[in-house]
Amino acid sequence: MLLAATLALLAAMLLALGRALLGPTLFDRILAVNSFGTKTVLFIAVSGFLAGRPHFLDIALVYALINFTGTVAVLKLTHHGEFGAAGAPEQQEGDL
Amino acid sequence: MTAFHPINIALFAILVITALAIARIRQLFAAAMLSGLFSLACACIFVLHDAVDVAFTEAAVGAGMTTVLFLCTLALTDSREKSTPPRRSVPAALAALLTGAALIYASADLPKFAAADTPVQQHPLTERYLRDSATEIGIPNVVTSVLASYRGYDTLGETVVIFTAAIAVLMLLGRTAHAKTSDAVMSLHTRHRVLRVVTKLLVPFILVFALYVQFHGDYGPGGGFQAGVIFASGLILYGLVFGLEAARGVAPVRVLRRLVAAGVLIYGGVGVATLVAGGAFLDYDALDPGHPATGQHLGILLVELGVGITVAAAMLMLFLSFAGRRDAR
Amino acid sequence: MNVILIASDLLLGAGMLFVLTGAAGLYRLPEFFTRTHAASITDSAGAGLVLLGLLLRVEDLATGLRLLLILLFLMFTSPTASQALARSALDDGLRPLVRLGKRPR
Repeated sequence: MLLAATLALLAAMLLALGRALLGPTLFDRILAVNSFGTKTVLFIAVSGFLAGRPHFLDIALVYALINFTGTVAVLKLTHHGEFGAAGAPEQQEGDL
Repeated sequence: MTAFHPINIALFAILVITALAIARIRQLFAAAMLSGLFSLACACIFVLHDAVDVAFTEAAVGAGMTTVLFLCTLALTDSREKSTPPRRSVPAALAALLTGAALIYASADLPKFAAADTPVQQHPLTERYLRDSATEIGIPNVVTSVLASYRGYDTLGETVVIFTAAIAVLMLLGRTAHAKTSDAVMSLHTRHRVLRVVTKLLVPFILVFALYVQFHGDYGPGGGFQAGVIFASGLILYGLVFGLEAARGVAPVRVLRRLVAAGVLIYGGVGVATLVAGGAFLDYDALDPGHPATGQHLGILLVELGVGITVAAAMLMLFLSFAGRRDAR
Repeated sequence: MNVILIASDLLLGAGMLFVLTGAAGLYRLPEFFTRTHAASITDSAGAGLVLLGLLLRVEDLATGLRLLLILLFLMFTSPTASQALARSALDDGLRPLVRLGKRPR
């Protein structure tokens, strides 16, 4: 069952990767990478149990934190209008 | 395990697809996010191959710190790659194909993964370190014992490299001007109230977790490098959400400059102390002459502390230099 | 012990169902705000069920504590990230799809 769970998580990761590559706006890509990060946390936890080494859970915990930091970083540091949502990209002097 | 074959194939496929996408994509912010995804997939592969400390470092550094620094840099420049007209270059394609083919041909000579007759398994040095680490040093995590004790001089060099990188960034970017917090930034803060509250809850936990990783490195995956990066990530999260002024209030640059040097000094100081106590440089046995194992424990603790302090201060300084330059623009 | 293993398998299976549903939604739904719904299914139900299923398999307290911490963490950070992302999208001018085939600007 753990192996099936790992394979299912891999399939989900491939789907998230597809969205990260396709997504027309930058927001879709950020969402996809955030989702990929959550699936990585679950993957590490499940494969840790599959291999019989619960020490992996520390890594999963770190990822849960770092994933959040990365998402917040990209939201705060992207230029206003770079997201490609509201028409043509404006000048780069926006404060975000 | 043959059960891991489809998992490995899927993960490597993710790596290849992501690498191709990073090369082709024009929006550089998306490319930075995808490189974070690449690090996540790499860490999964490391975890599958039982390389737990490497996976830990890849998790902390690759997915978090590197992505944030890339984004800080992109925030300073134009973020769309200039579209160059497509050109064909047959010699370049030929060179790439030949190099790739040569690498694949050479990799066929590598021994099978985890086979029992590889030189790594046969050589008596492996036996000696793995077996004697338990008696000579007495901590369960052999990676830490090799990194901090048997190969301690090498780790001192790595710490000095990080210190040098921090100094180089300071030299290139200059002293960061005191950023004036504009009204636009403050109004953004009030709009993201949920983010602020949750960040305030999370940051203390991240810092305590960094300390746990620092001191638990003897018993599980962890150690100075990972702990330093996680500590810096916590304060970077705080700086991203509450503004650079707040982050500079917690970690002023003049304090960070002293901390970066202090970490290297602690490491070197332990070496000098062992010299004074009568042993060789960085021979921790000399720290407690009656009980070498206790001396080793003490030496490893101090050394990892030095590494952690230097790494945390260097990462924070990098982030504040890059992001501060943008604010002062 | 067998009952606990079966229960753990059931929870893992249910969690996998939600993870796959969420990922399929992320891939197939037409527009950004609808995709955040799909992603949040994975983050909340999928992660919760998987971690509870793993919790039934632990052998010592430290591992169980770590799993609970991961669960707590994901419960705090995933909704916040989704909210911040949706708020940034609204600030930037992205508008939700109200009628299929016609995107308001």
